[in-house]
Amino acid sequence: MAKPGLRERADDKTFRLFVLGFGLVAVALCAALAAELAWGSKLAWAKFGPAFFWSSRWNPVEEQFGALPFIYGTLVSSLLALLLSAPLGLGAAVFLAEIAPKRLAAALCFLIEILAAIPSVIIGMMGIFVLVPAVRWFEPFLIKYFGFLPLFAGTPYGVGMLSAGLILSVMMLPYITSISRELLLAVPQQMKEGMLALGSTRWEMLRKVSLPYARSGIIGAVFLALGRALGETMAVTMVIGNTPKISASLLDPAYTMSAVIANELAEATSDIYVHSLIAIALALFLITLVVNAGARLMVYRLSDGGGPQ
Amino acid sequence: MSADNFHRRKRLNNAVTLITGACAAVCVAVLLGILGYIAYKGIASVNWQFMTKLPRPVGQTGGGIANAIIGSLKIVGLASLVGVPAGVLGAVYLSEYGTKKTAFWIRYCADILNGMPSIVIGVFVYTVMVLPMKRFSALSGSAALAIIMIPVVLRNCEEFIKLVPVSVREAALALGVPRWKVVLRVVLPAASRGILTGSVLALSRIAGETAPLLFTAFGNRFWDNGFLHPIATLPLMIYTYAVSPYEDWHNQAWAAALILLAIVLAANVTARLALRKT
Repeated sequence: MAKPGLRERADDKTFRLFVLGFGLVAVALCAALAAELAWGSKLAWAKFGPAFFWSSRWNPVEEQFGALPFIYGTLVSSLLALLLSAPLGLGAAVFLAEIAPKRLAAALCFLIEILAAIPSVIIGMMGIFVLVPAVRWFEPFLIKYFGFLPLFAGTPYGVGMLSAGLILSVMMLPYITSISRELLLAVPQQMKEGMLALGSTRWEMLRKVSLPYARSGIIGAVFLALGRALGETMAVTMVIGNTPKISASLLDPAYTMSAVIANELAEATSDIYVHSLIAIALALFLITLVVNAGARLMVYRLSDGGGPQ
Repeated sequence: MSADNFHRRKRLNNAVTLITGACAAVCVAVLLGILGYIAYKGIASVNWQFMTKLPRPVGQTGGGIANAIIGSLKIVGLASLVGVPAGVLGAVYLSEYGTKKTAFWIRYCADILNGMPSIVIGVFVYTVMVLPMKRFSALSGSAALAIIMIPVVLRNCEEFIKLVPVSVREAALALGVPRWKVVLRVVLPAASRGILTGSVLALSRIAGETAPLLFTAFGNRFWDNGFLHPIATLPLMIYTYAVSPYEDWHNQAWAAALILLAIVLAANVTARLALRKT
């Protein structure tokens, strides 16, 4: 921030450029990632073209590759997780920001954020040994009472889309809760007090002031969590059943983009096989890029324009 | 407004309090359930021999995970030797000079990189290091973890360095100290606690990463030497053991999970508690 008219000392300039170089590492990494993934998957694009995205054949023996089952599995499992965790996380955020006594809220928030720190492979273990048997136990009830819906038809394997959605929702919870809580806390106090002074109840204040004020940020928070879920690998790989098949039923095993890379890249034998897996990585990169870039802009806009800094 | 209406509104308010409270309770219950179950399953198999012996050949029971513990320390250590300084110096740029467009793009890219699935970063390192070198190696594992770490350190530390009051900088500048010296000798020491916290948080994140190591560090059932060979790490070992069909390996996976969780949470909780006091 050298003042105009004041010359920057030579050593200061060197230092500034030096640290700028380290800052630009992040930009360079982003660019290198995109370029390298595009270059590394060129055989797949040359052979299959855009049909790679809507072909659902995945046959390493015949060297036929299509990404549709994985894209489907990734999107459906993440959306399922979103449906489960968004209301729960938002409810918890409202409680922590507006209703709970301050000290209790701080303690609970600290605990919930610990959930985000648990390594995903450990969540995956809980998935294999606790969640999957539990799901296998209650799936017969789903089939019995809701089996007329294609969503819940099939065989109670335990592993499958439903388990993946459940485990992802656990992993999304802390993100939705803690970011939404911060956004709710950033709603100007005067606006909330004004509403309360008019005789509204706490819920009416929330519904008319806090939630509308924080809305775009909360949507951003949900999308940030969605970005996490789309790329989550270990926990999903361990419970989704790893079957490249598109099925309407949530009980059937499925496969996700990250899971297929995790399972097959180290053992891929032919060049076209490796390139196809890297093409899936590129697609995953692009999907999370779009989701994250959008979500960041929403959260930025609110935290810059709105509440007190 | 009739009394009836008032009661209805009040009931609705109470219902919301109850429902949102239940939501928070569910979140906390999930956490406590996970922690409790892992402690319960893990403690049964953790003992001195488990922490100090190598794995036994497939089919024999017993053995330990000493190589995975050391392996994790090695690659996380190497990754942070690169990731922490790079991240902190980048953060210095953002906090001291970062008001222009360049800074916006650095922040934006760092945030994008932060949200990038770790497996994509693993694939990237696989194509730029593992394929040309024709070998899985500890070095490539460290590289993947360092790439994950840099944006985290960058964004965390920027916030902490910004917290150093402008008046402190101005006081030093007024004494005629060059800017670079002000940053290195005044600002960074003043922010050292925050920087340490931010780095430890980043460490606790990469220590549990598994996905990018699957095809970089790869895993190893023996001691490894140097950084150019496949290496065992705790998260990878937990994964391999958990998806195996052997009962004994499952028990070892729980024990290893307990050890990993203890390390990660100890780092994470200490860092965040330290943060609260400032």
